[in-house]
Amino acid sequence: MSKFESLVRDPIRWGATVLGVVVLGAIWIAVSQVPASATTGGAIPSPREGFLAPDFTLETLQGETVTLSDLRGKAVVVNLWASWCPPCRAEMPALQAAYEADRGRGLEILAVDMTYQDTEQDALRFIEEFGLTFTIPMDRDGTVARQYLLRALPSTFFVGPDGVITKVVIGGPMSEATIRTNVQAMLDELP
Amino acid sequence: MLPILQVGPLAIQMPGLFLLAGVWVAVSLTDREAPRHSLKASVLSNVILIGLVVGILSARLWYVMRFLEVYLDSPVSVLSLNPSTLAPLEGALTGLFAAVYYGYRKGLPLWPTLDAMTPGLAAVGIAVGLSHIASGDAFGAETGLPWSIELWGAQRHPTQIYEVLAAGIIFWLIWKNRRQVPASGFLFLAWVALSALSRLAIEAFRGDSVIAFGSLRTAQLASVMVLAMVLAGMHFLVRPQAPDPRR
Repeated sequence: MSKFESLVRDPIRWGATVLGVVVLGAIWIAVSQVPASATTGGAIPSPREGFLAPDFTLETLQGETVTLSDLRGKAVVVNLWASWCPPCRAEMPALQAAYEADRGRGLEILAVDMTYQDTEQDALRFIEEFGLTFTIPMDRDGTVARQYLLRALPSTFFVGPDGVITKVVIGGPMSEATIRTNVQAMLDELP
Repeated sequence: MLPILQVGPLAIQMPGLFLLAGVWVAVSLTDREAPRHSLKASVLSNVILIGLVVGILSARLWYVMRFLEVYLDSPVSVLSLNPSTLAPLEGALTGLFAAVYYGYRKGLPLWPTLDAMTPGLAAVGIAVGLSHIASGDAFGAETGLPWSIELWGAQRHPTQIYEVLAAGIIFWLIWKNRRQVPASGFLFLAWVALSALSRLAIEAFRGDSVIAFGSLRTAQLASVMVLAMVLAGMHFLVRPQAPDPRR
């Protein structure tokens, strides 16, 4: 019989060992306690669930300016796309349908064109082809792509009314149900 | 962090790939271990397969039920391959229930079955850690230590690397000692105890802990309770049996 096995068999010595482990565990828990605010993303902007969505100000094709943080209080979908990207093409009708279904309830969509990898003419043709009516800002120098650590197109960030990201979907195409269920979860937070 | 590996037009989700590889290794190891516990490898593989299939399908159905109104508008979306429209916890519990029920119907003995699966479960622990490295989940608290990594806008403890190292040590201990266990079920309980100990230790460095009672990390509280129960359970598995008075 090994030493460990004889230790486990002995009720007194093993009981003392378990007690010791629990006491040490309790001390470790006490040492490592933190206030609740220290363990969340808090106010750090980062493109991740639970963190503040990185803010940006961009121009649309029509020359209007849009700022993400101005949309606090609304459910916002930030979708990064380019006209040459097949899954972006595939999911745009679903985004438009979700927008039409929920815009009256406080949904905003910012479909940011990766203009630095695209052309404005192709983006415009794309917008007309799909009859898109939501806001389409142009990322002309790749700032938003860097802020959102863009690795695959399309990438979609669901931003709640408090500006915190509630869901990240990398790649696509997303179905209309995927978009609408995530939007629904954000709209449920609205007063 | 490498959530996506772009290969031409294919965007491969690396966290999912690591988990898939972990499941594959787990099934292979369980197949290999089954005969030593006098179990049929094919039945054990079916337990895992049924758990996974029922788990994934029910995770979608639970999600659909949560957002029934949306899916009634677009019923075909129920079949979407998108992994973000799953209810993971409910799916995992349903899959577990299905696997246990199948095992029960097939007459699988509980402790030998769990022992046969233990090296595989320990391997899945490594895969989960690797998937966290790829996705950036289970991230650490901010720190100024020299081995901190930059993640999510701050210098942080590389808790995902701690997790992989701990899971690697646990796997090595389980693999090395799997033939020298004193009782059926002991290997499985040892794995649960080591995993709880690892979580108790590493949780202290996490930056995403859920907090209870003002400042205590719930995962640590749960870990220490599991640890105490499992250590007690290990004693009951190996304690000398009192002689049967009828004999």
